[in-house]
Amino acid sequence: MSSPIYLDYSATTPVDKRVAEKMCHYLTIEGNFGNPASRSHQYGWDAETAVEQARIDVAALINADAKEIVWTSGATESDNLAIKGAAHFYHKRGKHIITSKTEHKAVLDSCRQLEREGYEVTYLDPQEDGLISLTDLETAMRDDTILVSIMHVNNEIGVIQDIAAIGELCRSKKIIFHVDAAQSAGKVEIDLKTLKVDLLSLSAHKVYGPKGVGALYVRRKPRIRIEAQMHGGGHERGMRSGTLAPHQLVGMGEAFRIAKEEMVSENKRILALRDRLLNGFSDMEELYVNGNLEHRVPQNLNLSFNFVEGESLLMAIDALAVSSGSACTSASLEPSYVLRAIGRNDELAHSSIRFSLGRYTTEEDVDFTIKLLKEKVEKLRLLSPLWDMYKEGIDISTIQWNAH
Amino acid sequence: MAYSDKVMDHYENPRNVGTMDNDESGVGTGMVGAPACGDVMRLQIKVDDHGIIEDAKFKTYGCGSAIASSSLVTEWVKGKSLDEAGQIKNTDIAEELALPPVKIHCSVLAEDAIKAAISDYKEKQAS
Repeated sequence: MSSPIYLDYSATTPVDKRVAEKMCHYLTIEGNFGNPASRSHQYGWDAETAVEQARIDVAALINADAKEIVWTSGATESDNLAIKGAAHFYHKRGKHIITSKTEHKAVLDSCRQLEREGYEVTYLDPQEDGLISLTDLETAMRDDTILVSIMHVNNEIGVIQDIAAIGELCRSKKIIFHVDAAQSAGKVEIDLKTLKVDLLSLSAHKVYGPKGVGALYVRRKPRIRIEAQMHGGGHERGMRSGTLAPHQLVGMGEAFRIAKEEMVSENKRILALRDRLLNGFSDMEELYVNGNLEHRVPQNLNLSFNFVEGESLLMAIDALAVSSGSACTSASLEPSYVLRAIGRNDELAHSSIRFSLGRYTTEEDVDFTIKLLKEKVEKLRLLSPLWDMYKEGIDISTIQWNAH
Repeated sequence: MAYSDKVMDHYENPRNVGTMDNDESGVGTGMVGAPACGDVMRLQIKVDDHGIIEDAKFKTYGCGSAIASSSLVTEWVKGKSLDEAGQIKNTDIAEELALPPVKIHCSVLAEDAIKAAISDYKEKQAS
């Protein structure tokens, strides 16, 4: 096997060939290379038409109005713009923000920045299954709470938060609700005509579009205001300046159009593969699924192979491209903050592997993965003193370790 | 991250994997590290009547560099006296395996494991 089997679709997806083909028409002299902001000639008008069609296609996937879509460079920028933009605009209403400990770093670090600016942030602990308790959220709400930011689907464990219920709660208290939907768009149905979501972040490259482009949905009814974070020519109705990149936007539009068309059948196919993968491991001892299995996108399976360290397992399964919740490769030696936040102990957090399946995953890929994992986990367990102790019936949590 | 050939070799063909009976005379056991930190090493030595390490075994929970470091020291301590083995430095291990800076702690742990096994042996002899 020449190249590893790609099972890291939550990190990024390859650009769909149909998308790439379309993007190529918006670059060269033979194509439509114009600046959509050029109002004085055909090149500009054509580029504008293409960009506006893409806006319609992106809006259609989430059942929004095209006028509610603001182009950005990706979900990180969208999260920054939504959180800092709303907090800055509504600072006179209050300075309290609520989010959760398992959010993406783009949300957490935007909140940290606001804390430095004098805002107060409550970081909710999710339940053990990764879901946020509505009661906890309601308890955390205060008179001066201006913003709640909760992701739709978690990038590490794939659990789906109940954004419908959270939205109702926020709306009833007149609190703005931001959702990071980078991991859910194209996987879970999003209907912004019924959901009480005010701001929603999108990314193209998780949906078989190109990297470097995303969007922020900004609700018009009731109207939500945000303060621009990027200043300049007043593009995107002043919310995000900068010349638009038609090839990127056309790519995102086409990717989202395809996602809308194929989502239902694709989810069905991928769920069957995910179940095949999970069932393939069913006879293994000390195997744990991280996060709720029911409220979860079919693309994600996050497993802990207890008593085997994640990084050494990654080394052993280098015929697969997956990611681990063990961050031993970084200098910090800290295991995944998401797994820690849902109460997983250190061994399980260090032993986790995230498999994320996608459009090009096949049954053969899954079968190969099962066989390889079983073989390598068994080999590493024979090397593991913790496995020995487990087999001898020693409870590892009772041992006094010398943390280093 | 790319691993050196020597790390890969020890990782794929670890030397002296196993467990000795801790109650057997002449056996010293050192267990260092913590699951919370992502690595635990257990190094065992068997010392003969002349104070020479005649055998060594290890088991390690940890990354590839941790496994390679412990595998390497089992090779190095065999045939050495306790004093000689106690002088093995983490820098020697790191150099031999060409460990990158973020993996130096693996070699430190391996050095600690040798020292822990030696002192366990000595304590048992004294009692």
